[in-house]
Amino acid sequence: MDIFLQQLINGLVLGSVYALVALGYTMVYGILELINFAHGEITMMGALVALAVIGALALAAPGLPGVLVLGAGLAVAIPVCVALGLVIERVAYRPLRNAPRLAPLITAIGVSIILQNVAMLIWGKQYIPFPAILPEGRHQVLGATVSDIQIAILVLAVLIMLALILVVQKTRLGRAMRATAQSRQVASLMGVDVNRVIAATFAIGSALAAVAGVMVSAYYGLAHYYMGFLLGLKAFSAAVLGGIGNLRGAMLGGLLLGLIESFGAGYIGDLTGGFLGSNYQDVFAFFVLIAVLVFRPSGLLGARLVERA
Amino acid sequence: MSALLAVHQLSVAYGGIQAVRELSLEVKPGEMVCLIGANGAGKTTTLKAISGLLPPHAGSVHFDGHSITRLPAHEIARRGLSLVPEGRGVFPRMSVAENLMMGAYARNDRAAIARDLDEVHALLPRLTERRAQMAGLLSGGEQQMLALGRAMMARPRLLLLDEPSMGLAPLMVQAVFDIIRRIAARGVAVLLIEQNAHLALKTCARGYVLENGVIALSGNAADLAADPAVRQAYLGG
Ligand SMILES: Nc1ncnc2c1ncn2[C@@H]1O[C@H](COP(=O)(O)OP(=O)(O)OP(=O)(O)O)[C@@H](O)[C@H]1O
Ligand SMILES: [Mg+2]
Repeated sequence: MDIFLQQLINGLVLGSVYALVALGYTMVYGILELINFAHGEITMMGALVALAVIGALALAAPGLPGVLVLGAGLAVAIPVCVALGLVIERVAYRPLRNAPRLAPLITAIGVSIILQNVAMLIWGKQYIPFPAILPEGRHQVLGATVSDIQIAILVLAVLIMLALILVVQKTRLGRAMRATAQSRQVASLMGVDVNRVIAATFAIGSALAAVAGVMVSAYYGLAHYYMGFLLGLKAFSAAVLGGIGNLRGAMLGGLLLGLIESFGAGYIGDLTGGFLGSNYQDVFAFFVLIAVLVFRPSGLLGARLVERA
Repeated sequence: MSALLAVHQLSVAYGGIQAVRELSLEVKPGEMVCLIGANGAGKTTTLKAISGLLPPHAGSVHFDGHSITRLPAHEIARRGLSLVPEGRGVFPRMSVAENLMMGAYARNDRAAIARDLDEVHALLPRLTERRAQMAGLLSGGEQQMLALGRAMMARPRLLLLDEPSMGLAPLMVQAVFDIIRRIAARGVAVLLIEQNAHLALKTCARGYVLENGVIALSGNAADLAADPAVRQAYLGG
């Protein structure tokens, strides 16, 4: 029972981070039908920029409360990632908006390779440790252990997702985003500046990615120029699992993927009679993804193809 | 009276193919004008170029005395020119109420928006019953009404209508045209595009006949309806 609960908690925490990143993929896809493969790298940039700020502050002012230092890291990482997302959209995607769909896809992969290389040039190839500035409290819940960091990640992620739903459902910007996703032409006939709405979508997605990047690095205690690749791939898979283009789908897909991965890691040894160890958890997650897509190609909450047409 | 919309020598091409050539037309404030023509004559192309969805290749468009020739569509819409596109263009995964709100997107005069919403509901009671329904689930006629109501929410001075009768049953066509007349009666100028020349000439004061991207004839609707060539080509003899 306690192992089950432990995996459940770990999975939800991990999944909520995947969900934040998956939202960025799904929002951009919903509006442009573009898979922004550079999105994972934005997450990585968020983590590394925040870590640079946190590291510098921890050295310069060792007495500062950890939460404040973390806040400073986020306060720099978020605008940096937003700016990055806006520049990528403007320079790499907008000129190709009416090009064949393969063109922006290839550009996206190119941008993500560029970002990895830039990060490698700035921060090198080594793992960068997350300074021990955060409270390390652990709590026993029915035999499982929950850390302060886990609680903070889960609470913050849920709050951010609720806020996002509120923005998309209730505000003028959110309505414009949904209108643009349904028809760019008709939205412009309503007076919507479609380019600004698309830019706003990239900005929001990038801000979420920055937060997620900081969460992952705080959770695992490190960051790395290559961390965006697997994280991005998983988050993208989560978005597909939930039904790409659908916000709630990205949230559900993220949480599910986190749970699958966590339970997979916990039980894969038993299930395969010790043949596969917990280091196969990534493979396990993708295996489940493929299995789901075989039966529901448009994802769990995705519109069936007829509805999309 | 000077023209509200003045299109001068407009040419539009798709790639190398000219769809509209040196087209000129005018709509005066409050006037109802129609542009009729067969399939592929270039009617939709003309409206798209006027409303900023397609860049014209030559010529100019003036609205209310100002050039709007190469303005982006959203800025043209904000000046009071509303296009109800071919196929109605409602947002299918938004409710009727949200579609209407999208019509008022560029406005921020809340009190006036609320009054206009009441007026639209008074004009289109069928929409009131379906306020919470997804627009994609409405019938074709209801979608056309929604598209008209949504355009009204923008408080346009000129309404461009691209084949509002398309795909509708005769009774529904009557209902939709009735609404269009009532909108025009409020002083909104209308440029109506139709394949149904009979209905269009009956509804409007003036008309233009478009053939292969060129204006072939223009004049009073009554004169056009009596013209032997128009009767032959568009009114079934
Ligand atoms: N996107 C496009 N690319 C290339 N050619 C086009 C495009 N859209 C329209 N055309 C061509 O331009 C010409 C005018 O088309 P348009 O849609 O303006 O006609 P229309 O008068 O609105 O016809 P309908 O009554 O069928 O709606 C046609 O010959 C058409 O084939
Ligand atoms: Mg047409």
